[in-house]
Amino acid sequence: MRLEKRTQTSRWALVLAPMAAIAFTLLISALLVLWAGAPLGQTYVLLFKGGFGSVFALSETLTRAVPLILTGLAATVAFKARLFNIGAEGQLYAGALAAVAVGGLHGGAGFELPIWLLFALMMLAAAVAGALLLLGPALLKARLGVDEVVTTLLLNFIMLLFVSAMLDGPMKDPTAMGWPQSVALQGDLELSKLVAQTRIHTGLFWAVGLAVALWALLKYTVLGFDIRAMGANARAAAFAGVPVTRTVVLVALLSGALAGLAGAIEVAGRTSYVTLDMSPGYGYTGIVIAMLAALNPMGVLAAAVFVAGVLVGADTMSRAVGVPTYIADVIVAASLISVLVATLMTQYRLVWGRKP
Amino acid sequence: MTEMFDILAAAPFWIAVLRIATPLILGTLGVLLCERAGVLNLGIEGIMVAGAFSGWLAVYGGAPLWVGVGVAALTGAVFGLLHAFLTVGLALSQHVAGLGITLLATSLSYYGYRVSFPKVDTPPTVSPFAPMQWLDDLLGGGLSVLAAQTPLTLFALLLVPLIAWLLYRTPAGLAIRMVGENPQAAEGQGVSVAATRTAAIVAGSALMGVAGSFLTLSAFNAFFFNMVNGRGWVCVALVVFASWRPGKALLGALLFAFFDALQLRLQTSGIVNVPYQVYLMLPYALSILALVLVARKAAYPQALMKPYRKGER
Repeated sequence: MRLEKRTQTSRWALVLAPMAAIAFTLLISALLVLWAGAPLGQTYVLLFKGGFGSVFALSETLTRAVPLILTGLAATVAFKARLFNIGAEGQLYAGALAAVAVGGLHGGAGFELPIWLLFALMMLAAAVAGALLLLGPALLKARLGVDEVVTTLLLNFIMLLFVSAMLDGPMKDPTAMGWPQSVALQGDLELSKLVAQTRIHTGLFWAVGLAVALWALLKYTVLGFDIRAMGANARAAAFAGVPVTRTVVLVALLSGALAGLAGAIEVAGRTSYVTLDMSPGYGYTGIVIAMLAALNPMGVLAAAVFVAGVLVGADTMSRAVGVPTYIADVIVAASLISVLVATLMTQYRLVWGRKP
Repeated sequence: MTEMFDILAAAPFWIAVLRIATPLILGTLGVLLCERAGVLNLGIEGIMVAGAFSGWLAVYGGAPLWVGVGVAALTGAVFGLLHAFLTVGLALSQHVAGLGITLLATSLSYYGYRVSFPKVDTPPTVSPFAPMQWLDDLLGGGLSVLAAQTPLTLFALLLVPLIAWLLYRTPAGLAIRMVGENPQAAEGQGVSVAATRTAAIVAGSALMGVAGSFLTLSAFNAFFFNMVNGRGWVCVALVVFASWRPGKALLGALLFAFFDALQLRLQTSGIVNVPYQVYLMLPYALSILALVLVARKAAYPQALMKPYRKGER
């Protein structure tokens, strides 16, 4: 088996490849549904309805999409420069914790700030916390050549334990009946709701705005050019005069900040306090979203809504027909792998046999 | 200070060290095989989950323990084949393919567990491997730390010289090291890069599956969610620490397990009074420290993470 570069990609291939990827993912999930002994057609209908079938379903999906867009953007900008940031989960928690710490300054110790300023400081602190958490691994990679994949992964575990220690100790809410959770943000620091009786909040505008901003940054600025050059070929980029270390550091700050903001916006928009289970792996799912979007910030919006819809729909479907919700994670993972293969197939063709 | 001495002098401590080290030895050898052939395998975290689950499910279904280990190895090998297809066959990004496999293997295992046991709160148990008392009987005692282990630990320890011999003393090992260092040259010598890499990934992934099965069939007697809990990533760090050498991999795994066992003892002894989370952070912090310490002289296989397409440079 070997690969042969296609001289040209037909329009058909560009349409058929994603369709084949979807078909493959549906096939895998169909087998799993049958294993669980549930009716196949009904399960798919319920999955779709649960994710997109009503105003409420859609609002839940969009609520879930907000942190996914932000972690997806964090992975996008990092992966574009070949900085494999797998630490968005930890950076999200760092941002959430920083947001609550700064947001809680209000009123305490004779400290009075205008609410807009405090809100801005809160978001800034979250972005800085996320950025700093990625800065270490990025510098280790740039200076010593330490593989950032492993360091950022391990930092996720360390950060989660740090959050756990804080929620058991200095940042514990004394009124929470012993649950490890932080003191809640006060109401005027929370993001307002977009639709009454739902949970969707103005964080959605933040997420979409940041996606557009990142798209423009990558397309029209010098930094964006440097990032794309490094992603294409780091050695050639260095040879052509791209400041490699500086670009890696800036990318790390940007990526970590986006993931940190994901945490702050989750707290301000949805949970209002930090718990140890506030993220069911948004940081890791963000990587899948970035890949599904082919590292395109605008594509991240679509991919995040798709993944959020599957996750939310699986909850509803599971309650109705008893197929475990883990099927959503299988669908997400299978779609990642099949989209990777499908994208490659638009550029290469597979030839069986040895001799060219 | 005397308490510290008491901890280190007690046999149960060293028994724990060897027990904690076992899945790390197996997993690290698995990663080492893949990386020596030039392929990073971040699927390990998920493959360990899949090995833990499938091996345990087989034994729960009535299979003998060793058949369970075989099922775990086979499960690992199947995911390894998928990884080889993606990274060797299609030359996709090794980082992303590995993460995709971790997600797929983990979610498939969790799904399978929930489908098999929809309404149970306490995980069903099996009878795991027994300690190797026969070893002491055979040799007339004196091996208490080793005899208190299960056969999988002995297997892991014997595997270290075996893999070293394979890598440095056999044609297959030479081929593996060649395709990891210089695939063009290997191809010139008539070694098939694709076949060698695929074989190394499949074998390495099978070891990762066995590493997972140790958790459910030796260390514990049931399958829990999150039971692998980053051990796979630690193995990836240990390979760098070990400079891709089997002997040093054993040393690294033992050293790591030593600190892990020590933090467990310190946590319960109350010698030092800090939040328990600080102790739990130590293993991960140590892994990062190990990576930083060896970074300057880390001799990566030259072709690691570089996809090889015939005729392309």
